Amino acid sequence: MAKYEPVLLKRISKDNSDHIDSYISDGGYLGLKKAIKDMSPAQVIDLVKASGLRGRGGAGFPTGLKWTFLPKDHPGPIYLCINADESEPCTFNNRVLMEKDPHQVLEGIILTSYAVGASKTFIYVRYEYGDAYRAMERAVKQAYDKGLLGKNIQGSSFCLEAVMHKGAAAYICGEETGLIESLEGKRAWPRIKPPFPAIEGAFRKPTIVNNIETVACVKQIIDLGADWFKSIGVPPDPANPRDAGSYGPKLYCISGHVNRPGLVELPMGISVRELISEHGGGVWKNRKAKGVIPGGNSMGFMTEAELDTKLDFNGPGKVGCLGLGTGAVTVFDDHTSIVDVLYNICRFFAHESCGQCTPCREGTAWMFKIIDRIRKGHGRIEDLNILEEVGNQIGTMPGTTICGLADGAGWPVKNAIRKYRSEFESYIKNGDKKVRTLNLQMSHH
Amino acid sequence: MSALKPEIVEKIKSLILLYPAKQAVTLPALHLVQDQERCVSQQAIVEIAALLELSPAEIHDTMSFYGFFKTELNPLGKCRLWVCRSLACDLRGADELLNKLITKLGVAPGQTTKDGFFTLEEAECIGACEGAPCVLINDVHSHNVSDADKLIDDIRKKL
Repeated sequence: MAKYEPVLLKRISKDNSDHIDSYISDGGYLGLKKAIKDMSPAQVIDLVKASGLRGRGGAGFPTGLKWTFLPKDHPGPIYLCINADESEPCTFNNRVLMEKDPHQVLEGIILTSYAVGASKTFIYVRYEYGDAYRAMERAVKQAYDKGLLGKNIQGSSFCLEAVMHKGAAAYICGEETGLIESLEGKRAWPRIKPPFPAIEGAFRKPTIVNNIETVACVKQIIDLGADWFKSIGVPPDPANPRDAGSYGPKLYCISGHVNRPGLVELPMGISVRELISEHGGGVWKNRKAKGVIPGGNSMGFMTEAELDTKLDFNGPGKVGCLGLGTGAVTVFDDHTSIVDVLYNICRFFAHESCGQCTPCREGTAWMFKIIDRIRKGHGRIEDLNILEEVGNQIGTMPGTTICGLADGAGWPVKNAIRKYRSEFESYIKNGDKKVRTLNLQMSHH
Repeated sequence: MSALKPEIVEKIKSLILLYPAKQAVTLPALHLVQDQERCVSQQAIVEIAALLELSPAEIHDTMSFYGFFKTELNPLGKCRLWVCRSLACDLRGADELLNKLITKLGVAPGQTTKDGFFTLEEAECIGACEGAPCVLINDVHSHNVSDADKLIDDIRKKL
């Protein structure tokens, strides 16, 4: 296969890649100017629908279709919220895009606003991304100065205000209605849906929430066309009538026990094994992988034997993972205890459950307490069944919670026990702690 | 005496114009105050509430949801040093780094050094996993932190 040439990451290594002059000299904002002049908003929506673009934030919902859920001929205002609260553990592609090529992101935001008829866009960036926030803030100011934001953009009737908004270190704000509540100045408790944000979102107005990588793809689709986007990636799986295909480039984050952690752009559908060996420099210290987390903590586990799985929207589900998630692959080697890995993941969800739904608040807390007990050598074999039971009972799938955080908290627990049961049993029976490499005692202060 | 400085009041008033509802300025206002004062005092909450035409309880409700904001009982040091403890960093020595920083600074996570310079914090994933183990110095990332002593010395020189 010919070497894939990055598109989304094409500019990130350039000097001053974040400045509008550099961006414009590389042809930036031409697509926006052309779209405003020559295309109706409906034509932009049709193009994005035709491209097959699916949201990159984790759920993989078709982007163009989401846009059509807005009420027709609404008098406005309509809002576009940009979800830059990238908080799924082991995920950092949005950060790199915003820091290194904020105008690519902003052009995508302006194009999306044009398509959906938004007069105001709120760019919600997590607190932890200070440099990315400031890069986007500078980009917004530069775009206002060049008449690419504000009133009557490029002499058209299209007006758009952009507001930068900073989060306060809470994972739940990545859930789109949690983000909206947080933006409104409230605790970030996700809303019961319906109504979906497209009908009643921020400030009770129709609202679209899109992810950073998604809007960057929108910009590239305007420039390069729907056919270009569809020529990359994986068509729908005929065996899965619900699969809408996985088209376009994807930003894959590689972290954990590899020789070269980093961010790479590849066609959708690369196998985990190829990603690790060809792009992550292989597993470190000449060891073998014990497993990977294929798309952030919420997605569950793949064992070494499952690493030929393809990272498209349909692939990880075939081996029992929750989905593609964010495409962030974290490798742990065969010297690592699965007990320690699961402990870390359960601690994360217990900390980040927002507390609104009792099954999630209590379930994540108890899963953490039980894995902590196992880890300290006080586990019982039946604890494994209790963990699975809790994992099965919390979430939107069993119907006990408002948002998907709990599904994502339960999934790695269920996956780990099903796929690594013998190691858990051996750990509990033998108190075999020689494989422990993580020493987290300070967290009990 | 008012808790909010006049320039903060002006800034909050200008932010109100950007949003369809005054309550949306809650987080921006809390950030403005904490950035300067290193905490948000009860008096500051009352004054923010007055500017946003809310009950102080509403500001407090939002503020307390985010463990991020500190009250006057537990103000932040000049440098809030967040050590990431999530999986990618954990797999590459985050706990060792945190242990060294605890020893070096003589404080546990959540505490501030006696000289008021450092507040040590444990963070969930800060999104710099390609540079694990990583830390945040206030809101700026530092990647591949292998030397805790050098990290602290460099921050003391810079800030």
